[in-house]
Amino acid sequence: MNWITNYVRPRINSIFSRREVPDNLWSKCDECGTMLFHRELTENLNVCTNCGHHMHITPRARFQALFDGGVFAEIAVPDPITDPLHFRDQKKYPDRMKAAQKSTGEHEAMLIGAGEISQTPIIAIAQDFSFMGGSMGMYVGNAIIAAAEEAIKLKRPLVLFSAAGGARMQEGILSLMQMPRTTVAVQMLKEAGLPYIVVLTHPTTGGVTASYAMLGDVHIAEPNALICFAGPRVIEQTIGETLPEGFQRAEYLLDHGMLDRVTKRTEMKAELVTILRMLMGMPPAISGVLPAPEARSAEEESEAEAEGGAAQAAPSSDKPAEAPAGAKESTQTGKSGK
Amino acid sequence: MTNYLDFEKPLAEIEGKAEELRALARANDEMDIEAEAAALDKKAADMLVDLYKSLTPWRKCQVARHPARPHCKDYIEALFTEYTPLAGDRNFADDHAVMGGLARLGDRPVMVIGHEKGHDTKSRIERNFGMARPEGYRKAVRLMELAHKFGLPVVTLVDTAGAYPGKGAEERGQSEAIARATEKCLQIGVPLVSVIIGEGGSGGAVAFATANRVAMLEHSIYSVISPEGCASILWKDGGKMREAAEALRLTAQDLQKLGVADRVITEPLGGAHRDREAAMASVATTIESLLSELDGKSPQKLIEDRRRKFLDIGAKGLAA
Repeated sequence: MNWITNYVRPRINSIFSRREVPDNLWSKCDECGTMLFHRELTENLNVCTNCGHHMHITPRARFQALFDGGVFAEIAVPDPITDPLHFRDQKKYPDRMKAAQKSTGEHEAMLIGAGEISQTPIIAIAQDFSFMGGSMGMYVGNAIIAAAEEAIKLKRPLVLFSAAGGARMQEGILSLMQMPRTTVAVQMLKEAGLPYIVVLTHPTTGGVTASYAMLGDVHIAEPNALICFAGPRVIEQTIGETLPEGFQRAEYLLDHGMLDRVTKRTEMKAELVTILRMLMGMPPAISGVLPAPEARSAEEESEAEAEGGAAQAAPSSDKPAEAPAGAKESTQTGKSGK
Repeated sequence: MTNYLDFEKPLAEIEGKAEELRALARANDEMDIEAEAAALDKKAADMLVDLYKSLTPWRKCQVARHPARPHCKDYIEALFTEYTPLAGDRNFADDHAVMGGLARLGDRPVMVIGHEKGHDTKSRIERNFGMARPEGYRKAVRLMELAHKFGLPVVTLVDTAGAYPGKGAEERGQSEAIARATEKCLQIGVPLVSVIIGEGGSGGAVAFATANRVAMLEHSIYSVISPEGCASILWKDGGKMREAAEALRLTAQDLQKLGVADRVITEPLGGAHRDREAAMASVATTIESLLSELDGKSPQKLIEDRRRKFLDIGAKGLAA
């Protein structure tokens, strides 16, 4: 009621609460240092709106942006035997696992989603770099096999987003054995005549690059992603030579014939749809943002069919349809196309 | 002169003493040292048995990398006849870290492919210490295709610290080359038998060892990463390679338990380098026996079995 409670205290409180703001609502671009508002950054799929730098994105966030209306069914992965070697370095492997599960809220380093992208049914599988560096162990191998089997069962293409520091050392030779195991999965897909597209994201290195990530029908990478077998530090140590600017980055690999395309994350969905629909012999996709598959009414369905012939290359400048209730906050905002 | 490993130092001392005594005796006829020298020999022999009875994983790494250990070229010269090297990847170059060609094992024509480390400074440099570049893997792919086309079994001899981590190798697609070689191993409709004769280093080894049957020499190793590399990453101290070697379970014995190695080939006492001929002869016997296990299987069956084998690996952990 007095000057202190009415004026001073709120001011003090606001000063304190303002200090907390940057932690929660703003993040800094790793590359250019620009402060980015969290909602804007999420909407832009963790791509810096200032410099275009592609920051880490979790498989779940990626799938929510990728699948129509953010809707996908998670495919279960058979759990492998835990800690097969009873591995212990400075920490025990199960302890490292628990810590990773706690910090990421995920069970392991791979997520499989079944759903539609611009009404194109696919199976997508994404590696989680934040989970023990996305490292390839038996679970990752099992996940790729499960994703391939699901794709074959449903006759859908498989899109794999790779991100890993390499093999999971804590599983020793069994992590190495995921190279042939995942190669078998890729072969099964190829024999079934289904497209297998690899999207290589930062970083994709070691045994992952030297197996399933380099065996795609089409290789697309995100800009500036590090893609290599031996990392730059290892090479510098071995040959005692500094490496050229941009060495082992996506654009460098494109120049050296290892990739088909380098595509921005914000344009990835449209590109995947275009490629997949051609490979699957489907008509061009309808442009614009579509509601989640289940939520489409019969009326919308017929409308969609009527628009089916429209050129998918022209991006819709219309305000996208609202995502249906129930679907999570949509991060796709008419950026598809082109 | 024998090349002693650090843990063999006490043995080297005893053997050195016996040698010295004998040299003295040769210079001086009156000395009778034979009894003493024989005692030293006996002591050395006992010590050798003792040292090699239960080698620690790190010591096995040292034995696996022993410079005098028989290498791919030695095996090819000793075990095969009519070896006809075939060179080049038809794309860029011929990689001397990978040997390969047609040869006969007994009467049977086969395609033999392997990593060669070299035996002296000159040949080691020429062979790039057995670390293959993309051209090596692409040559292997070409030879496997040739074998597949003409129905010849493939024998691979694995001995590499790993694929070469160099600028050119990366530029020319080291990862893709390894991935394609592994893929080719899984596609050929002919028997594929692999022997890890020394070091099975990571992806560079898998590219040759995705086989119907994998045999390992008793003191060979096969690992996702070198113990030194693992130590520097997980222990943040490259000197902890002993601990890392232990944790990685990279010995032939552990790998047999894990179902990765189908057969462990006993080495002569003190390692393959102490009796190269005997070691190579047991490898020959093993290859023959593994090939005969695969005789008569249809191409489809061979491919299916190979796939199944790898899909099933690891399901049971150390209990396999």
